Parts: sequence; structure tokens; C-alpha cells
Amino acid sequence: MRRVLAVVPTPSMFAPVSTPAFAIREVSFLVLAIVTVIFVIVAGLTVYAIVRYRRRPGDDAREPPQVYGSTQIELAWTVVPFLIVIVLFLTTARYIFAVERHAAPPEALEVTVVGNQWWWEIRYPSLGIVTANELHVPVSDPARPTPTFITLQSADVVHSFWIPQLAGKMDVIPGQRNRTWVEPLTPGTYVGQCAEFCGVQHAGMLLTVTVHSKDDFARWVAAQQAVAADVPAARAGRDVFTSVACISCHTVRGTPANGVFGPDLTHLMSRATLGAGVAPNTPENLRAWVNDPASLKPGALMPAMKLSKNQLDQLVAYLGTLR
Amino acid sequence: MVCLIVAEASLFAVFVVAYLYDLGKSLSGPSPGEVLSVPILGTVCLLSSSVTVALAVRALGRGAVRRSGAWLLATVLLAVVFLTGTAAEWLRLITREGLTIGTNLFGTTFYALVGLHASHVIVGLIMLALIAVFAWSRALRPSHVERVELVSWYWHFVDAVWVVVLTVVYVIGR
Amino acid sequence: MSIVAPPIAAPDMLVERGGLLAKLHEWVVTVDHKRLGVMYVVAGLAFFLIAGLEAGVIRWQLAAAGKTFVSPQVFNRLFTMHGTTMVFLVGIPIVFGFANYLVPLMIGARDLAFPRLNAFGFWAFLFGGLLLYFSFLGGDGLYGAGSAPDVGWFAYAPLTARAFSPGNSTDYWNLSILVMGFGTVATSINLIATTLTMRCRGMSLGRMPLYVWMMLVVSGMTVLALPPLSAAQIMLLLDRFLGAHFFDTQAGGSAVMWQHFFWFFGHPEVYILMVPGFAMVSEIIPVFSRKVIFGYPMVVAASLAIGFLAMTVWAHHMFAVGMGAPLNSAFAASTMLIAIPTGIKIFNWVATMYGGRIRFATPMLFACAFLFQFLCAGLTGIILSVVPFNWQLTDSYFVVAHFHFVLVGSLIFTIFGAIYYWFPKVTGRMLSERLGRWHFWLFLIGFNLTFVPMHWAGMLGMPRRIYTYPADRGWDFWNLISSLGVPFQVAAVLIFVVNIALSLRRGAPAGSDPWDAWTLEWSTASPPPPYNFETAPVVESRRPLWDLKHPDDPDGPHE
Repeated sequence: MRRVLAVVPTPSMFAPVSTPAFAIREVSFLVLAIVTVIFVIVAGLTVYAIVRYRRRPGDDAREPPQVYGSTQIELAWTVVPFLIVIVLFLTTARYIFAVERHAAPPEALEVTVVGNQWWWEIRYPSLGIVTANELHVPVSDPARPTPTFITLQSADVVHSFWIPQLAGKMDVIPGQRNRTWVEPLTPGTYVGQCAEFCGVQHAGMLLTVTVHSKDDFARWVAAQQAVAADVPAARAGRDVFTSVACISCHTVRGTPANGVFGPDLTHLMSRATLGAGVAPNTPENLRAWVNDPASLKPGALMPAMKLSKNQLDQLVAYLGTLR
Repeated sequence: MVCLIVAEASLFAVFVVAYLYDLGKSLSGPSPGEVLSVPILGTVCLLSSSVTVALAVRALGRGAVRRSGAWLLATVLLAVVFLTGTAAEWLRLITREGLTIGTNLFGTTFYALVGLHASHVIVGLIMLALIAVFAWSRALRPSHVERVELVSWYWHFVDAVWVVVLTVVYVIGR
Repeated sequence: MSIVAPPIAAPDMLVERGGLLAKLHEWVVTVDHKRLGVMYVVAGLAFFLIAGLEAGVIRWQLAAAGKTFVSPQVFNRLFTMHGTTMVFLVGIPIVFGFANYLVPLMIGARDLAFPRLNAFGFWAFLFGGLLLYFSFLGGDGLYGAGSAPDVGWFAYAPLTARAFSPGNSTDYWNLSILVMGFGTVATSINLIATTLTMRCRGMSLGRMPLYVWMMLVVSGMTVLALPPLSAAQIMLLLDRFLGAHFFDTQAGGSAVMWQHFFWFFGHPEVYILMVPGFAMVSEIIPVFSRKVIFGYPMVVAASLAIGFLAMTVWAHHMFAVGMGAPLNSAFAASTMLIAIPTGIKIFNWVATMYGGRIRFATPMLFACAFLFQFLCAGLTGIILSVVPFNWQLTDSYFVVAHFHFVLVGSLIFTIFGAIYYWFPKVTGRMLSERLGRWHFWLFLIGFNLTFVPMHWAGMLGMPRRIYTYPADRGWDFWNLISSLGVPFQVAAVLIFVVNIALSLRRGAPAGSDPWDAWTLEWSTASPPPPYNFETAPVVESRRPLWDLKHPDDPDGPHE
């Protein structure tokens, strides 16, 4: 199924739709309140001092009374912040443990996300699905939660997985497995992107998460589990695909292509964008990408394939059948 | 000199932490237990050199410039024995055991830490040798005792670091 | 300064230039702490202009979504060089340059303890800076793979490995900072030795100006915190050149280890940058409020606490790395704790102003703005210490806003204030108050226009270090406002440079004590003679000049 990228909401941390993001917003309100009160008091006192004690034209040259200190006052203004810090710390620790130590219920969906320069590989081990750049998860019902737990790995450098409306960010580190989780309560499409500088196209490593109703999710899974369509009219293009080194990097299930360096293309046309979000998935853009990825994403690691016009036409036509 | 020693201690501490953290994390290649043997002779020499340098300082304080020079020379010689031992060990590790800095994590952290220490021994050795030369050329005077003492502190520090390296690499690590 | 150039037996054509050559030669071979201090600050300000230019290009590129003013490669070099330059080539040299100049004068000494080591420190810095900027030329073309470094100013592994950063750009970053690091440690050792052993008679530790105390703490932090950076950089060198595996995750090495080592240096580093700002303000506010600093002992204690605690908070830059709940909590605790001694200093300064007779000369304008902006910076710091909140805000523009409020809104403002305050001492001339006001207000407006909206952009999900962003994320408006702040700051800095140039020639003569201040540097001529003081001073309180001006009510009995 081919979708158009709908207008998505701004990825504001103050518009959460998922349990961990709600928790973060909750604690943020408390912190912002404390910090605002402190600001108003201290800034207020400073303004008062500036205004009240400024030198006025009529003042003589005498020095004001020299006040060297006051142990009581200084003790007070050390103890009160210390108490505030204790409150803040205890609250913080509680939320840290609540989010980090949240156990996965048996109905949780397990997903593995592998960060690459500059795209996201997304695997559903229990469902036999491998896709890229667009994460699809089922909505969760508060009565019977079905969160998605995500294992994060890196194929190269440090990245960071961040969809503000769903959860706080978690770094993606080579040689290490990190875990994070989302529990979206409202269907929709939410956006995020890589949040740790990872090289030339760090800015072009975008992410979308589509939260489906239970039925829609089942439909999406079934569609993704199917092997690649075999459209007779596109076989010429498929031959180009297998002969021109595409298969050394890409996988198309149901064909001999099983490369792992680039995204799985079995259902390429089900994705709304190309190049991890840098361009909408239109035939023109697809053609431009295959011809020379750097024209859409300067610095992308996929080489320009230098195909003839004929090969390009056939190949793009073939790719267009991978729904 | 105290500040310099603190700074150097901070530098060494990071390499020691890296060594300890990476213990047992090599994916392949020789392991410490297989290829390392405690450098007893070198250690004895280096630690004795702390004694000789202290004696050199004391002699200078008492006005015995030539005796001070002799003790300094002894210190330098002991250090040379230590360095020779390190060099021989590295030669054996590289040629016979196939352990280089790029072989595995152990090789990386081992050569880095021991090498950093050895480079500091070399620097200290040059300084002490220079002072010994000054002693023999009569340029050194008893009034210089404070300055020589500062250099001896550096030397004691280098020896103390060796004790730490010895413990971490040859005792704990194996 | 009246050092006469030695007569040069040179051909006629050089006779005219003999004066200039000789003068240049004096400066190049100098070991005088005052000249070296000036050289540090002038070089630092030159790099400030360059790094500012880099920032200007960044803001032009980001003013709207999808702009292609610079390529991603160039943009990544720009923000790397901007950050690296500002921290190592602007902040460090200027704060140590001031310390170089002021510490001996404030303690009644003739020079630093090790004048030649001092010169070494300066030239190591300058060489490192030139080496870093040579990368623009030397990187590309020679090897064809890389130009200026483009890995971010904290150069995370394994992005810096040969595999992901081919060519030599990363090596320029590594080596130049390594060299500069040695110079900085040398200067710190110098300052510690000077402060501990060369104070004039009567000046116990408890009678030192707060500026000297804080620079002592800064020097102590430097000695402890800079070597770990050097160690990590040596490890990176070994990885890149000898095939070592410190940060090579494919061989069992650790990417996170770089982060730990870097931030173990990096966090104290930001206090090494900021505490001198506190030090300057602790001298300026009392003088322009006409009151002694409120609570001198507590300010000293707070500074020592900061110095110590700064070494315990480093992993608050790594809350999203996955260290686990216990470690995250521990670092949250230490970070919140350090907010206390940092914050109560603000109370001490405000309490000093309270009951005073405040004169708003240019230095005081900058100090007052600092109070508000540092309050904001500290409070956003507290926000960032709340780990779950941090998980949304780290690596976003909120953090960029926070640290620019610290380093520009606080540090640069105090540096500007300090320049207006001590310029008369260094040069014997006053800076123009009128131009100073223009400088202040334009910079205040520009700074806030640029950095306040960034808090919001971060909370709306905009990550750091992106060369462009999609148009539909709601970030355009805030980025535009941020970019509109740039012309104000540029105008302000231009006026500042003009002010300096004009005042050097035509500024009003300052005399030895134009501000009616109380510390020892104001007791000698402006500029001071090479030997600083005619006779070694003897002090009996923290404000020797106050005692001289108010013999009926000296400070001593009150302290």
C-alpha cells in the first residue's frame, strides 16, 4: 500500500502520545514550576537592588555602609536550595527507575533498530519482517497495554533514536545493546530523527513512527510479510537489479538479492519517503535517487550506479512494483 | 613540581583505568596470563634507583658533589637496566608471541601504559644524566640541592607509577 | 612602558623600520607577564572574530528550512571549528591571559613564578591555534580526503576512527589541542606556584582578592582535568596511526570510554571557563556598588566546592548513553548538588549590590546582564539535570541554548565587562563610555534574540548539529528569529573593536585608579612599570586601598 506522507504534528515533547513521554512531561512541569519560581524571586530581587540602590544625581560622595556578611542569611540561602535539591533528586530518581526499569509485559512487541550511516534498519524478529526508516507499531490500550520494546544497535558510529512525542532519546552505540520502549495511546504518524552527530548526513537521518489500530497493524504486518511481488512486465527491471550489483547491498525477499549493507527493498513502495526522509517517494525522486543518490542526499554512501537510460527506466519500473 | 606530578598522575590514571576496564575484553590473540612474566630484575633496579637518587640528594646537601655525581650515575645505570629489560620483553612479545599494539585490546592497552611509563623513565633518565654530568664538570654546587631534590621527586613519582603498573598489569591482570 | 630599543647597526634603509622591528622583537621574546597577558587576550579576541564569522554562516544557513548556502560537509566543519575555536582558542587564552596580567599585580608580586614557562604556554597556544586553522589549507589537496575537522568539538568515537574519518582533518583537531593542552597545564602550574609562594607581606590566603582565589581553583582544576583529555587524545592517536583498538568497537574497544574520558575533562573545562568570569565579576560588582563583597569566606568556600564537585558530574553529558538507572541517578545527584555553590554566588553578588550606591558604568552594565543571564543558564542547567527531562532535551537546541547562555551570556559578557574595567590599567587610557553603551545594548539584544528561541526549538524536537531541517516541523520561525540576532551582535562587536582602536590613541588618560577601586593593581601606575611596584606592598586587609582611603574605618577588624 502506498501512502502519502500526511502533514505530521510538530514533534513537541509537550504533545506526548506515549506513556514514557507522558511521564517525562509530568516531571517537566514540576521542574519548570520550581525553576520559574526561583527565577521570579531571584531576578525580582536583582531588579529591586538595581533600581532601589542606583546612584542618584543628588548623592554625595560618601560610601554606603559596608556590610561584610551575615552568617544567618548565608546559611538560610544555602539550606533552602539544598532542600529543593533533595526534593528534585528524589522525584528525578523515581522517574528514572520507573521509565528505565519498566518491565515488558508478555504481549509486548519486540523490535530491533539498527542505526546505520544515515538510515535506520528496522527488524521485527518474531514477525519475520525487515524494513527501513519507518517504524510501525500497534496502538496500546491502557487496560491491556501492548507497548513496543526496541533494542538499539549500531552498524557503525554512535547515533541516537529520538521520537519526542513517544519517548526520551536513547543513544545507539556500536558494541552495545541499548533498550527503550514506547507505549502509544493514540494512532497517528509521529516524527523524529537521529540525535547524535554521526557524520555528513546526520541531518538526513529522519524517522517516522506510524501507530496503527490493532486491525490496521495486523494488515500492515501481513503485507510486509509477503515476499516481493513478481510482476511479469517488470522482469526486465528485475534482471537489471540482480545483474548490476544492487544485490550486494540490498535484500528483496523472494529473489536472490540478500545484501545487508543497504535498506531492505522488498516493500519499498510502502514507504512514504526515500533516503530516510530526505525526499518523498515519488517516481521522479526514485529515478533521481537510483541514478545518483548524492543529488538528493549529498554524501550518501550509496554510489551512483551509472546506468544507461534504458536500464534506469526498467529498474525504476521494477522497483515501482515492490509494494 | 607537585603540580606537575599531580597532572602526570591524572594522565597515568586514565591509562590505568582504560587498562583495567579493558581486561578480558580482547576478542582474540594472546592474553596476559599466556605471555607476561613479572619483570623482577627490572623492578628491583628501578625501585633501588629511588634509593640511590635519594642518597645523591643527601650527599649534595652535605657538600659531597662528586659522591652525589656517583650516586646519580648509579641511578642512571639502574634505569638503563630497567629500560633494557622492558625493551627485551617487548622484543620477545612482538617477535615470539606475536603481540603488537594492534593485535588485540590487551596489546593496545599494554603497550600504551607500559610505553607511557617508559617514556617518562627516559625523560627522567636524561635529566638525571645531565645533572650527573654537571656534577663531574664541577658546575653543580651544594646550593643546587633544592633543585636536584625536585628532580628526585619526579623520579620517585616515576617509580611509584611503576609500582602501580606492576600491580595492575603483572599481578591483577594476569 | 619605556624600554628603549637597542641601537641597531643596520643599513640605512632599516633605520626607519628599526623602531618597528625592535618593538616586534621585544614582544616576541618577552617573558613579562603583562605583555604575555595582553598577547593572550589579543589573540583570543582575534579568534573570537573568526569563530563569530563561522557562527554567522551557520545562522545564515539555518535561517530557513532547506537552505543550500553551504554543503553539509562545509557546515559540519563550520560548527566543529566554531566550537573548538571558542573553547580552546578564545575562552581559555582570554581567561588565562587575564590571570597572567592580574594575578601578580593583585598579590603584589613582580611577575609569575616561572616567566619563561609562561612564554612557553603562550607560544604553545598560538602554535596549536595556527595548526588547527592550517587544516583548512593542509587537509584538502594534500591527501584529497578531508579539510578542517568535521567531527564536532567533542569528537566522539568511533566517528573519529580512520574508517569513518579518512584523511587528516581529525588529526589536526587532535594534535593542535594536545599541544595547546600542555601550554594550559604549564600556565596553571605557574599560577599555582605564584599564588602560593609570591604573595606580598601581610597577604595571607584569607586576604587575597576573590579573583586570585578563583583563579587558584581554576588552575587546580586544570592540572587535574586537562591530562585526561591529553590521555584520550594520545589513545586516539594510537588508534589512528598505530592500529590500536582503544575505541575500536569491532575489536572489543569502547565508544563510550571516549565519552567518559572526554567529559571527565570536558565538564571541569566549562567551569575552568566560567569561574574566571565569576572572578572578574566579584571584583567589578563591589567597586561599582561601592560596597565590600558580601560574605567573602562563603564565596571562597563555594568556589572550592565548585572546584571539587566539578570533577564528579561529568556523565551528566551522557544521560542518554544507557549507563543504567543507578549511575544516571548518581550523576543527577552530583549535578544538582553543584548547583548550590554555583547558585549562592548570585545571592552574594546581589547582596553586595543591596544597600549600595550603584554606578552603571559600562563594566557594571555587563555585570548586571551577566546576573540575569547566568541565572537563566543555571536554571536551564538544573532542568537538564532532571534525567528524564534530559532524555528529551539533550542533544537538542535546548542544550545549545543552555551552554551559550553560560559561555556567551555569562562568560563573554563578563569578559567584555572586564575589558572595560581593566583596559585603563593596561593602556593608561579609558574606553569610551558612549561607545561602550552602544556595544552593550546591541550585544544584549542580539544575544537574547539568537539564543532565547533556541530553548523552544529544542523542546519542539530540533536536534543539534543539523545543517538543515524539514519545513513542516514548526522550527522555521524560531530559527529565523535566532538568525536575526546576528546582525546586532556583529554591529556590537564592530563598535567594540572601533572603541578599542580609537581609545588606544585618543582615550581619556586614566591615572592609576580611575574607578576608585580597592585592590593592589590600582595602586601602581597605568600602565604599570615593568617591575610592577616601586616598593613591595604590605597589606593588612582584603582591600588595601580601602584602608588607605578610609584610615578611620579600615577593613581589618571587620574581617
